[in-house]
Amino acid sequence: MTTLLTLEQVTKMIQNESDKNTTILDHIDLTIRKGEFVTVLGGNGAGKSTLFNSISGTIELTSGKLYIKDKEVTRLPEEKRARHIARVFQDPKMGTAPRMTVAENLLLAMKRGEKRYLLPRKLKAQRDSFQNLCASVGNGLEKHLDTPTGHLSGGQRQSLSLLMAALTNPELLLLDEHTAALDPKTAKRLMELTQEVIEDNHLTCLMITHRMEDALKYGNRLIVLENGRIKLDLNAREKAQMTLEDLFVLFEEEKAQLI
Amino acid sequence: MVISAIAQGLLWAVLGIGIFTTYRILNFPDLTVEGSFPLGAAVAVTAIVNGLPPVLAMVLAVLAGMSAGLVTGLLYTKGKVPVILAGILVMTALHSVMLYVMQRPNLSLLNHPRIFNGLAFLPNYFDAVVVGLVVVSLVIGLLLFFFYTSLGQAYIATGDNEAMARSFGIQTDRMKIIGLVFSNGIIALAGSLIAQNNGYADVNGGTGVIVIGLASLIIGEVAFKDVTLGERLISIVIGSILYQLLLLGVIRLGFDTTYIRLFSASILAVCLMIPQIRQVLKLDTLIRKEG
Repeated sequence: MTTLLTLEQVTKMIQNESDKNTTILDHIDLTIRKGEFVTVLGGNGAGKSTLFNSISGTIELTSGKLYIKDKEVTRLPEEKRARHIARVFQDPKMGTAPRMTVAENLLLAMKRGEKRYLLPRKLKAQRDSFQNLCASVGNGLEKHLDTPTGHLSGGQRQSLSLLMAALTNPELLLLDEHTAALDPKTAKRLMELTQEVIEDNHLTCLMITHRMEDALKYGNRLIVLENGRIKLDLNAREKAQMTLEDLFVLFEEEKAQLI
Repeated sequence: MVISAIAQGLLWAVLGIGIFTTYRILNFPDLTVEGSFPLGAAVAVTAIVNGLPPVLAMVLAVLAGMSAGLVTGLLYTKGKVPVILAGILVMTALHSVMLYVMQRPNLSLLNHPRIFNGLAFLPNYFDAVVVGLVVVSLVIGLLLFFFYTSLGQAYIATGDNEAMARSFGIQTDRMKIIGLVFSNGIIALAGSLIAQNNGYADVNGGTGVIVIGLASLIIGEVAFKDVTLGERLISIVIGSILYQLLLLGVIRLGFDTTYIRLFSASILAVCLMIPQIRQVLKLDTLIRKEG
């Protein structure tokens, strides 16, 4: 399998009020290969979100290097990396433009990473395909093509965010606890949709989750972060042998250490 | 007098539309307005006095306004100066620019041609109504075209949800600069129109104009809810006319025009509070019950 993303000694430190440096990511080395679906677990403050922000370019690294395929992207701004990397956020409000309609949002997503010219947007030409795409979700999104996304339910907005993120078959999909703000039933349905979208489009994906059962059920690799380091990195075979109890024990240990 | 107020409303509406493109779409207040508006007036009047035809003078005014917007945009996006401060800085600096352009604090258009002259055959004030209608339609038409291009959609998305826009590869800094450039170009156009209507330009002509522009915007929003983008732009024009009619009414009632700004500010303050007042008095639920 070809290498898609490489992190070399990635470190992020921030200064707190007393001018002490806090290390959030501590010299992380990580290689993601094409086609991997990695679930990422870790307690609060383990550095999961910072890891994603570093990969997507939302924050600058203190040190270390980042490569997409063979190209170094450490200094590449977020909007340029967006050509390769798509992201779904935890907060349903963050993934869509609230005053723009569902169709307009999808059209924005279709032009991921492209230059946006002073030419008519040509929404009509895409309507049918957007209609079909939304209908495939099965939560009534197709009836709201012309509704501003701010009026949609959280579940509808998150599934739209997911469709938008996956629309152009990005090389890497980052899911940042994208089901965490939803009720259990809606979250379950969104996870099933996620699985479908990733399989159908053969996407490479990193998914942060708080639900250990999801971390075990989905994906073909599991990473556990602790204090800014990778504590555990399981391949598909090892992951298949892992049980929920094992994971609980692992996290209990972590808690015990903290106390 | 009513025709005069309508004419004023149409001309000032251009300012409201200019403010809308940043204040409502990008969601930040741009104080460059109070500099780019009189700058447009100063440039246009100086150009006309120096023998340029009014249309060309207005084009120069727009370019001047766009440059002012560009400076604010660069300070804000590249220099990371807070946007309000960037606007104040440019507004302050423009005072000197205007003095340089006009070589004096104010300049009269007495005995010089104006954009309204070609329509002198029309009855009083109707020339301004026609010019106002043409300019407002042109500006709205161009803006609507822009909003519905790929670039325009990226621009709207930037104001709507910046984090999301960036995650889809939209260069949000560039969008903000484009917005400030367009907005201040439109505002300078408004300044050049008002100056020709008043017959002079003054370096202090910008004081309080942001209140007039916002008033038309907010009155339009309070009067018309849940409308499309095109209707929203038209509602600003209607808001601007309503505002001028309100001013006219107050002057008719014998209000001392010396203190007119207090009244302008009060109208805006009341309009801004209307959503809150409605909520406190539960007017919406009352109306619904009656309905």
